[in-house]
Amino acid sequence: MISDIIAIIRDYWLLLLIGQYPNGPLGGLAATLLLSVLAIAFAFPVSIALALARLSKAPLLNWPVTALVYFTRGVPLLMLILWGYFLVPLVTGASVPSFLTMLVTLVVYQGAFLSEVVRGGIVALGHGQMEAARALGHSYLGAMRYVILPQALYNVIPSIISVFVATIKDTTLGYVINVPDLTFAASQINNQLLTQPFQVFFILAAVYYVICWSLSRVAVLTERRITRRRAGTAPQPTAKSLKLAALTDQPS
Amino acid sequence: MSSFDVSEILGNPEYMSMLLLGIKMTSVVAIGSWVLAMTLALLLLGLRYAPGPLGNGFVTAYVSYHRNVPTLVQLLLWYFGIFTLMPDPITFWLNDHNAEAIFAVIGLGLCQAAYFSEDLRSGMRAVSPGQMEAARALGHSYVSAMRFVMVPQGTRNALPALINHSVSLFKNSSLAVAIGVAELTYAVKEIENLSFRTFESYLLVTVLYLVFSLIIMAAGAYIARRADPIRSGRA
Repeated sequence: MISDIIAIIRDYWLLLLIGQYPNGPLGGLAATLLLSVLAIAFAFPVSIALALARLSKAPLLNWPVTALVYFTRGVPLLMLILWGYFLVPLVTGASVPSFLTMLVTLVVYQGAFLSEVVRGGIVALGHGQMEAARALGHSYLGAMRYVILPQALYNVIPSIISVFVATIKDTTLGYVINVPDLTFAASQINNQLLTQPFQVFFILAAVYYVICWSLSRVAVLTERRITRRRAGTAPQPTAKSLKLAALTDQPS
Repeated sequence: MSSFDVSEILGNPEYMSMLLLGIKMTSVVAIGSWVLAMTLALLLLGLRYAPGPLGNGFVTAYVSYHRNVPTLVQLLLWYFGIFTLMPDPITFWLNDHNAEAIFAVIGLGLCQAAYFSEDLRSGMRAVSPGQMEAARALGHSYVSAMRFVMVPQGTRNALPALINHSVSLFKNSSLAVAIGVAELTYAVKEIENLSFRTFESYLLVTVLYLVFSLIIMAAGAYIARRADPIRSGRA
């Protein structure tokens, strides 16, 4: 069993790492990571805009974003991917690589989730910061830009890392529209070997585990550091903090 | 291709029976894995509090694996990996009894158990230790203090997370399509293939998923309100 696993890694490590690149599209682990990084990089500004819109008192800003957040919370990502697969080529009018379809879907999906994280960070700051900033002569947007967001975004860094981990795990769903990622590479290997599915998918699980576990540790350590810096002690969770965490936490 | 018309699907008995079968299978997978997950979560929580480092270590490893490996990969490992390692009689039996659905329930249930048990644990941790001391001082035994003071408060603290993760479990039941379970997402792809009405069939199933999720969220909010003695006026 273990010798099989070593043999598979020895024979196929390049396919697992970069897919069929340079003879085909970039794939494997590199594509998974690139997809996750791009998705978060695009979703981050989107999420700030969505959070500000959702906190706004103007119903025209508030309502559509609330609807979007409930929509993404209530519909499986898989269904959104199928929508993206159908809609993205329709809108752009050209055939689009599945990688791009997946990226667009992930930006919408994680943007909505991340907006709840950012909103949680802003709400957790309390009214005092905003009132003080306004009293000192900042406009609403000025107060957001210079007082609220710098603190709120700093405080939610651990949650942003958690969303990043969730994104890495979500990229596996690209499997259903043949995005050439790590899971796709593993299933290609499985189709070639035919006789060792357990070994192949065990390697796949192990790779994901190492990456996501390390990043989760980074999130935990960052959280500890931030809590220490802000409060001097690490507090126990309270009923209120759990309620807030439930809004932003998402398994996949 | 004619214009938008949902009745093309709603009025077609063949498509409707496919849709109903999909709803049925999604319910079976979601409810089955929820029950399995909650049962396992309680067992895991018990192991956490068991004396000695062994139980705690096992649960930590269990939770770590199930939280850091994508659910889809866990399902693939169960269905394509572990299934093939099983002895023949079991394989034959499973093949006769919808093996795909069974492995979907096992895979999703085991994965979600990790989340549920962590929810319950952090709910319990949020109850201040003073509550236990006060209950003991008032003459409760350990078990009765747990039963009447700690667990009710802990469960109430855990409710928002449990509800949220129940919705996730329902949404994740769509992953079962990757191992060939004929659930709702599978049904929509079939209907789309036969009817060529992509927009209508996707819209229909998206609305179905959304409605079910909102029902779970609303039911959860109702239970949470009922469980809160201050807001439900029972304090």
